[in-house]
Amino acid sequence: MAVEAFAAPAALSNDEILRYSRHLIMPEVAMEGQLKLKRAKVLLIGTGGLGAPLGMYLAAAGVGRIGLVDFDVVDPTNLQRQVIHGTKDVGRKKLDSASERMLDINPFIRIDRYETALTSENALEILRDYDIVVDGTDNFPTRYLVNDACVLLGKPNVYGSIFRFEGQATVFAYNGGPCYRCLYPEPPPPGLVPSCAEGGVLGVLPGAIGAIQATETLKLILGAGEPLVGRLLLYDALAMRFRELKLRKNPECPVCGDNPTIRELIDYHEFCGLPRQESDAGPAEWEISPVEVKAMIDRGERFVLLDVREPHELQICSLPGATSIPLGELTRRVHELDTAEEIVTVCKMGQRSARAANFLRQVGFRKVKNMRGGTNLWAQVVDPTMPRY
Amino acid sequence: MAKVLIPTPLRHYVDKRDSVEVEGRTVGEILEALTSQYAELRRHLFNDEGKLRNFVNVYLNDEDIRYLSKEATPVQAGDTLSIVPSIAGGRDGR
Repeated sequence: MAVEAFAAPAALSNDEILRYSRHLIMPEVAMEGQLKLKRAKVLLIGTGGLGAPLGMYLAAAGVGRIGLVDFDVVDPTNLQRQVIHGTKDVGRKKLDSASERMLDINPFIRIDRYETALTSENALEILRDYDIVVDGTDNFPTRYLVNDACVLLGKPNVYGSIFRFEGQATVFAYNGGPCYRCLYPEPPPPGLVPSCAEGGVLGVLPGAIGAIQATETLKLILGAGEPLVGRLLLYDALAMRFRELKLRKNPECPVCGDNPTIRELIDYHEFCGLPRQESDAGPAEWEISPVEVKAMIDRGERFVLLDVREPHELQICSLPGATSIPLGELTRRVHELDTAEEIVTVCKMGQRSARAANFLRQVGFRKVKNMRGGTNLWAQVVDPTMPRY
Repeated sequence: MAKVLIPTPLRHYVDKRDSVEVEGRTVGEILEALTSQYAELRRHLFNDEGKLRNFVNVYLNDEDIRYLSKEATPVQAGDTLSIVPSIAGGRDGR
């Protein structure tokens, strides 16, 4: 994982000059700027929705050294938006397909690969060698980790985030400017805000936000224009409207304020209220596998199969004989269920249904189990004709 | 009367609207009126002590109310309030 010394190039080759022609003829970039790009070291965290346009445009622009951090493999559900990966790459490491694509776009760059999750143990070591960090992650623990590491190391953090039709972008921790914790001191508790996997995202949305992050990264390297510092850019794709809000440095910020209390990286899973291990499903006896549920149906057992997915998800697939109450309506409609009956909760992946089962237990239901893995696992192990999504 | 812009993750709780017109002289009054009209929105904006949650920011026009007078910030007719919650998406969630 150690990074070798990176010799700063003195000049561009004739092939590079031809390639970067449209940059070189602009006074804002010119030869001096293109050499800055070539000498620049940018770390890209995540090669997913945001990472896809980021990786391709930073490579095409000639950023000399690009670090990629990812440990995921390409899944068919990625291809709707992660345009750096192709159909042929399904099942491959994202690092492999992303770096292959980037080097195809531009063989004159160097890519450093970090096949790992970013953690409190490795973040400072990985980030230390780079000039700029670009956050293309999808979860709160990593976002706070990236933020704190950038503040501690004094590196700018080019931030972008997306949900459904809406995106946010800004540059944190640039020259002592505001950081992510100045904007949001704390993450939402788990379960209150849906993830992209639960809430969905318009495929082109990360393209727009990732391109803004790439633009800001290039501007920081070139020292051109006005960086997106102290301003939070909001993008609403449905209304097709950009808005800008003021983003101030919080003097009481625990990491970048006047009297910081966070001087080293902390446990970000704990900070975000997440258990170290997967799942808020509770003890194993509260869970049931799709195969067991299928056996209960086949034996003609009496139980309520409670599907807590949203109505539009039922159009994609549904389980035989299931009762539908979306998770958001469960509090209000709990009286429709009988505490004496046996209930199995189900959703797409087993997380929302775990929350539903926990809630039902809290309000007095005793015979509640959560179906592990949701309809996606059912489609894999019980009914291969059913679609996964 | 001020216009409150509702972000995507919270539209579910306000009949899927992207903005709501609300009466009130201060930010606090407007948020109170909004969450009385849409009760399910309340727990997403306020914690159990009735304080605005730390991952939900409110802006009067383009200024964060934490740097004005917080909930006591006066609101003029024609002002826009934006509710901007923290979102994490970017890479693929699971």
